Amino acid sequence: MALTENVKENGTEAAAVPPRGRSVRRLTSPDAASRSKGGQRFVLLGLVLAGAYSLFPVYWLMIAATKDRVGLYQSNGLWFSGWHLWDNVQQVFTYEDGIFLRWTANSFLYAGVGSLGGTLIALATGYGLARFDFPGRGAVFACVVGSFLIPIALLTLPLYLLFSAIGMVDTPWAMLIPCLINPFSVYLAKVYTEATIPFELLEAARIDGAGELRIFFSIVLRMMTTGGATVFLLAFVNTWNAFFLPLTVLRGEENWTLNLGLYNWSGKRLESGIDVTSLVLTGALLSIVPMAIMMVAMRRYWRTGVTLGALK
Amino acid sequence: MIRSQRWKGAAFTVPFQLGFVFLYLLPIGYAVYQSLFLEKSSGLGLGGATTEFVGLENYGKGLTDPAFMTSILRVVLFACVQIPFMLLISLLLALFLDAVTAKVAGRFRILLLVPYMIPGVVAALVWVNLYSPQVGPLTPLGELFGFDWNFFAPSMVWPAIGNLLTWHGIGYNMVIIYAALQGVPRELFEAARLDGASELRIALSIKIPFVRGALVLTALLSIIQMLQIFNEPALFRNVTPETVSDSFTPIMIIYNQAFNAANYHYAAALSVLLALILGVASFLFYRLTSREAD
Repeated sequence: MALTENVKENGTEAAAVPPRGRSVRRLTSPDAASRSKGGQRFVLLGLVLAGAYSLFPVYWLMIAATKDRVGLYQSNGLWFSGWHLWDNVQQVFTYEDGIFLRWTANSFLYAGVGSLGGTLIALATGYGLARFDFPGRGAVFACVVGSFLIPIALLTLPLYLLFSAIGMVDTPWAMLIPCLINPFSVYLAKVYTEATIPFELLEAARIDGAGELRIFFSIVLRMMTTGGATVFLLAFVNTWNAFFLPLTVLRGEENWTLNLGLYNWSGKRLESGIDVTSLVLTGALLSIVPMAIMMVAMRRYWRTGVTLGALK
Repeated sequence: MIRSQRWKGAAFTVPFQLGFVFLYLLPIGYAVYQSLFLEKSSGLGLGGATTEFVGLENYGKGLTDPAFMTSILRVVLFACVQIPFMLLISLLLALFLDAVTAKVAGRFRILLLVPYMIPGVVAALVWVNLYSPQVGPLTPLGELFGFDWNFFAPSMVWPAIGNLLTWHGIGYNMVIIYAALQGVPRELFEAARLDGASELRIALSIKIPFVRGALVLTALLSIIQMLQIFNEPALFRNVTPETVSDSFTPIMIIYNQAFNAANYHYAAALSVLLALILGVASFLFYRLTSREAD
């Protein structure tokens, strides 16, 4: 993607077009296109409006999290009224003996450990599929692609029954184990392997006497850090955002994820003197923070990930 | 390639294969198996419940269940409005991004992807509160302009959910369409311009046909998601149970049958039915759109 951006920015084709008067800005414009000033203004206006639409709820959430109960109900929703952010945060973390902190830890556990294991399995599988020709390879790949179409509900309900048969319902395993197997991660890992690991390199390592496991752990994994990071990030986001699976397999609230906890809080509106709305909103804002930090830190990876997602 | 190496290659995929059997094939098989049985209380209800093989009875019941069929129809009708609307905006924004400098495009792309970063449940939760007449700013804003809207009224609930889904989805779809746009050979535009084509004409006759594949793909993914919609109505149900019933969408019915009515067999049959409907819908959509392209 960076490459196309460079090509666009340097857009030399501008020189080939006969001047049409108003196109002085051509060299900085993408492809000598969007010439007319009015057209550019219209386009920018459209983008600004869409940007405002995208940010508006986040902006409102941030404002709302700084208000106390009175402010939340009575002040102008679009502007600050008093600064109670720290009180709210403190309330979120102490409500019901700090269960929110527990949910946060759970979310990190499921998303972190589950995605790490899932990424490792996906990289091994992708490498196996991309660089070896074994009987049944086509069938494995067909399973990977075919499973993109399977609705979660079809899997989740029987999975719940299976897990309850072996006594795993309501344990962290019920969340962790499904995270280990992610067909989309396998698909990405295969695509990345094909792009980064040349056959010749593997042959050279074999001639030097390296075993297959050693080749995988000390050469392949190291060359796949970028691809692996993308696979991990997407899996992490998926697990962090999951709702239907935790709702189904986790019963007791000490094992819940942040999403499940917030859903539950939003279900009980006014209760025992404490207005939960304020807690829910501050909690929602807090639950986005780790995701935002992660996204910003790994911007380079997730952008390619989103685009590659289109290939499935 | 040496024989032993082939098997070592296969060994790399073994953990995945085992997991796939346990987490995909086994559950699907189990769901199909469960769907063929029914729990029946024997005689006068004194002998306890017995599980009986009933063949396809559950499927027949599902296909004639007005609540299930209504929920599917409801979701399909909604999809016919929301998906084209969302994709049209995404396409427009992708074309806009394509028309500004790379630097500006980069900034707006991140900005427009902000909603996509927010978990679906949290997004629904925030919008439910935005719509709320007590704490949300939208009701007073409406009053200011003379509207008296109640987002939780039966006639407004779908537009309200539609707005939420559109807000959540345009960024993601836009990025996919934009990536496809980047693949259009730039010489085509120059040639068209030399022939005197306007920018609008270029967008309509070159750019849009070129990103057709991406549009089909985003539509397909949206259809699959829509038939399985659960989070958003579930959050709305928290606030307005009178409007959003517990049989609002197919997955809500399946969830209720399994966990509130403890009717696993029927729930299993409904999930298999939904999977089949989903498969047929995606297949038909794909066939229809790819035939049109020829």
